[in-house]
Amino acid sequence: MRIGLFATCLGDTLFPEAVKSTAVLLARLGHDVVFPPEQTCCGQMHVNTGYQREPVPLVRNFAEQFGDPSIEAVVMPSGSCAGSVRHQHEIVAERYGDAGLRTGVAAVKAKTYELSEFLVDVLGVTDVGAYFPHRVTYHPTCHSLRMLRVGEKPLRLLRAVEDIRLVELPEAEACCGFGGTFAVKNAATSSAMLRDKMDHITGTGAEVCTAGDSSCLMHIGGGLSRIRSGTRTLHLAQILSSTRTSPHVLAEATR
Amino acid sequence: MSRPTGPPTNGTFLGMPAVPPRSPYGTGHLRGTRKFPEAARDELGNEQLRRNLGRATRTIRGKRLDATGELPDWERLRDAGAAIKSDTMNRLPELLEQLERKVTEHGGTVHWARDGVEANEIVARLVKDTGSDEVLKVKSMATQEIGLNEHLESEGITAYETDLAELIVQLAGDQPSHILVPAIHRNRDEIREIFLREIPGVDPGLDTVPAHLAAAARAYLREKFMTARVAVSGANFGIAETGTLSVVESEGNGRMCLTLPETLITVMGIEKVLPRFADLEVFLQLLPRSSTGERMNPYTSMWTGVTPGDGPQDFHLVLLDNGRTAALADRVGREALNCIRCSACLNVCPVYERTGGHAYGSVYPGPIGAVLTPQLAGMHGTDHDPNSSLPYASSLCGACFDACPVKIDIPSLLVELRHQHTEESGTTAEALAMKAAAAVMKRPKLFTAAQRTAGLGRVLAGRSGTFSRLPAPFSGWSDSRDTPAPPAQSFRSWLASAEGAATMRAAAAEGARHPDDDAPEGS
Repeated sequence: MRIGLFATCLGDTLFPEAVKSTAVLLARLGHDVVFPPEQTCCGQMHVNTGYQREPVPLVRNFAEQFGDPSIEAVVMPSGSCAGSVRHQHEIVAERYGDAGLRTGVAAVKAKTYELSEFLVDVLGVTDVGAYFPHRVTYHPTCHSLRMLRVGEKPLRLLRAVEDIRLVELPEAEACCGFGGTFAVKNAATSSAMLRDKMDHITGTGAEVCTAGDSSCLMHIGGGLSRIRSGTRTLHLAQILSSTRTSPHVLAEATR
Repeated sequence: MSRPTGPPTNGTFLGMPAVPPRSPYGTGHLRGTRKFPEAARDELGNEQLRRNLGRATRTIRGKRLDATGELPDWERLRDAGAAIKSDTMNRLPELLEQLERKVTEHGGTVHWARDGVEANEIVARLVKDTGSDEVLKVKSMATQEIGLNEHLESEGITAYETDLAELIVQLAGDQPSHILVPAIHRNRDEIREIFLREIPGVDPGLDTVPAHLAAAARAYLREKFMTARVAVSGANFGIAETGTLSVVESEGNGRMCLTLPETLITVMGIEKVLPRFADLEVFLQLLPRSSTGERMNPYTSMWTGVTPGDGPQDFHLVLLDNGRTAALADRVGREALNCIRCSACLNVCPVYERTGGHAYGSVYPGPIGAVLTPQLAGMHGTDHDPNSSLPYASSLCGACFDACPVKIDIPSLLVELRHQHTEESGTTAEALAMKAAAAVMKRPKLFTAAQRTAGLGRVLAGRSGTFSRLPAPFSGWSDSRDTPAPPAQSFRSWLASAEGAATMRAAAAEGARHPDDDAPEGS
């Protein structure tokens, strides 16, 4: 299958390991991974902060980059960016776009997936041949959970990982407090939410907290680092791409 | 916002205003004095408040899940509730006229109030006409919204709240912090102290057993019930088909107010109308299960006009707009009027759970309040209006949408209000930054160059590889989080490098050896 990889602006710039893992994983599963080089950002930050005019060129660029009909699916290691493409691009195009943009957005929306739903729903795999001999807890990010409804899919993938010790996260479905610019505009409230999330994570004794969004992990990982918790954050793709022959070296987890 | 009711103008408008009027600035309780982030910061510092709130919301969350989970058709009930409400909003004028006709036919009197000022004046006049200088209150959000008690007081009329939690708040000289449980931020010890201080003749040996606290309040209220001649209520529902009004409650104090006095005055937001009596079947299931986690609320009172020799002999219905037609006129925002004030969204909201209701500065706190308050009272982009900070008082986690019994898409409405706010705020530093970011991100070459510059951040981060302190406006972020320095190489430059190409070739070679991994429908 010919897959268009969307790195996301945050993944491309700050968390390339998560994107590399996604690319490698999809290629290992026998797929043709293409990276449209002109891609940049889905515009989620703009829309969520209240700006719908400014991201029009970003939405247009996304639709153009991935509109190529030879690209059968657009996959990204982010639930919130997939949510943005599936639910917000239409709003922006409807309000400020032309007919061409609206058509383009609808076409790309129909083939856009977050990594775990692509693996489970489209490829029909749950065992991706991963090996990760560590104690791991999983945080379901809000947009994956409630915008995309990925449900148990990431957990099914994790349960199939060889030698993993998966521990349940209490109050897992509670928001970590990131919320994009919310963490800046309402820093005190965001920090209070983060503190509770960190208590739950460290309480599990996990070496690694994983999730499907680098942005939430940046927030959680930043907090865990600040309190010197010893617990790392790793993107789901990094665990799924770790194998016996090329295992993920946890020592490098925080990069 | 450039609305006719904005603070700078009090002009007279002839004919139909271009934009429906909002709740007047400075009247009632739809606007706090401080922006949400500042107010929230103070509330967050109150450990007792956070413990009280955390315990209460966790308990009620669990109860709600149990009560909704046992209904096999819960999702269909939610759909039905949403459909009835949308239908109602789509033909609100005709339904309200029908309601007026039916109430009048049954001996009631209907009054129309454009805003809180008019509603307050109407109620005060009606009370004075009875010759009474005190009224009993049934817990009501509409009268809280317009600040009726304060207005009555200024007219020499004393209002007594009879709902236990509302009474606690009133006695303490406090503001409610929850739609359903106004005293959610208080624990038993605090309530005992308030009663000892404020209830005349209370037993000084009063302890903190809930039943004893309730008994103290009951003794205090009983005398009021037996002597008061006027009561003021809100309404959970008003049925257009029959002219029936309804209040649902837990304690029965509301029913005492609705049946004992000679005069009953009901203040009802115009969005509370329902087309048919049979529609109650849906809402009397949705409301208690969503709000208190109960299968049914203990007291459901209904009355239709007046009945000679039984109950109040004089009934007035005040239909309150106060910004509701303005919300209705907003294509996207009108969905918020579907709210049935169950407060399920408050109890699941991680922001509300930590800040409590006071930080929102409105009688409607929490997620629905963050949507409804700016819609009813406006948000003025340029003059530091606290209401303009409300749409941002959410991490957009979506828990409220999942909990809402009438499926109001609160996160999308918040995003829409944020958009409306930025559109009216003009050129701010943030708007410029957003424009600049979009300008870079729409040009791939510029974006790649910016990534390289970001990579230089490693030098600034030093040996630790992280930033522990960032400049404004990010200092709040860095107060509790380390930020990783950007890596030396972005993903795209890695992919373009020899190493990246080799890694991808090796992965593809592995993939070629396992063609079976491909599901049939996927290839």
